[in-house]
Amino acid sequence: MITIQNYVRAQSLQEAWELNQNKRSRIIGGMLWLKMGKTAVHTAIDLGDLGLNTIEETEEAFSIGCSVTLRQLELHEGLNTYFGGAIAAAVRDIVGVQFRNLATVGGSIFGRFGFSDVLTVFLAADSYVELYQGGIVALEEFVKMKKDRDVLVRVIVKKRGGRFAYHAMRNARTDFPVLTCAVGCVEGTYRAVIGARPARARVLYDEKNLLAGIITADSAAAFAEYVAKKMPTGSNHRGSAAYRTHLVRVLTERAVREMGGC
Amino acid sequence: MEITVKLNGRSVSALIEPDLLLIDFLRAQGCLSVKRGCETANCGLCTVLMDDVPVLSCSVLAARAHGHSITTLEGLQTEAADFVGFIADQGAEQCGFCNPGFVMNTIALLRENPDPTDDEIRAYLAGNLCRCSGYEGQLRGIRNYLNSRKG
Repeated sequence: MITIQNYVRAQSLQEAWELNQNKRSRIIGGMLWLKMGKTAVHTAIDLGDLGLNTIEETEEAFSIGCSVTLRQLELHEGLNTYFGGAIAAAVRDIVGVQFRNLATVGGSIFGRFGFSDVLTVFLAADSYVELYQGGIVALEEFVKMKKDRDVLVRVIVKKRGGRFAYHAMRNARTDFPVLTCAVGCVEGTYRAVIGARPARARVLYDEKNLLAGIITADSAAAFAEYVAKKMPTGSNHRGSAAYRTHLVRVLTERAVREMGGC
Repeated sequence: MEITVKLNGRSVSALIEPDLLLIDFLRAQGCLSVKRGCETANCGLCTVLMDDVPVLSCSVLAARAHGHSITTLEGLQTEAADFVGFIADQGAEQCGFCNPGFVMNTIALLRENPDPTDDEIRAYLAGNLCRCSGYEGQLRGIRNYLNSRKG
């Protein structure tokens, strides 16, 4: 069980960042994962007063504050129009409505959890994180970075004519996923993102142009085969590497066909 | 630290430890409908409304509730009474331990979506676990209640 000595509602990002430089400080997102550990937290930093709980949409991009909940993502019309419903598809089986009303996008992305549906779906688009000290970093780079003590302020998605689809395999509806799969086509470039491998999500581009032109059942199958061959998977109590690789092929093919309408 | 919460419409102030969870604060305030069924934020038994939004009180710091409105089943007896009889008529629940969380989240569902489909009911209530039943009785109860409203 987590213990907390001090609780501070930060009044500025600078204050949050300074408090967070102490190794025993923790920024509290939804606190759902953090609560599960046995961390002795010296200062719990709450970003709730910083007005970062809104999704702003312009013609060029979505700017999503770190305190936006997964439920807000699920219900946001503009975001789901751009993602073709893939955002809602990615989050709707994460435990329950009450959980998603607490879990935040900042917590999900900063944690870079292997099991993260949220990380998987955002990696399918042209997405960035805004870090207080580190500035704007491509999500694909951020996912490879080691955790540091910076503050994730926003997630940014640039609107670049994208099409997307999301599929995941769960043993039971609200369980952790055995595998997550998002496919995206951004300005004609296709990519597959596979998460819960069980390691954190990884992006694979269609470097062989298997999906060039109109997507057909054959090209979807060929791309799925390519992704299954190239994407490393591992074993844990939820599934073996061989089973996960099988799922990579099946879910990628389904997602590509859904995206391509064939 | 001191917090002030609007609990079931009444202003309540208390001195708390920084790591006190909302569920334990609420139970200490006599709201014993709020139950802890798991330690993993999965069961939905501790569901309360925070500013009218359903949340898991086991995962919210009481400190975070400062200045907010919290509603438990104790404060929603009339609204709950409208439909719980329909669930009881199905013999849906056996031990009843999951009932308060289930009722709270059903209230949240019906406020947000007054005429849900069966799939919408299943999706909204997926985070409320019941280990006695198979959920079909609860679904039939809610469906009968909705049908009765349509007259």
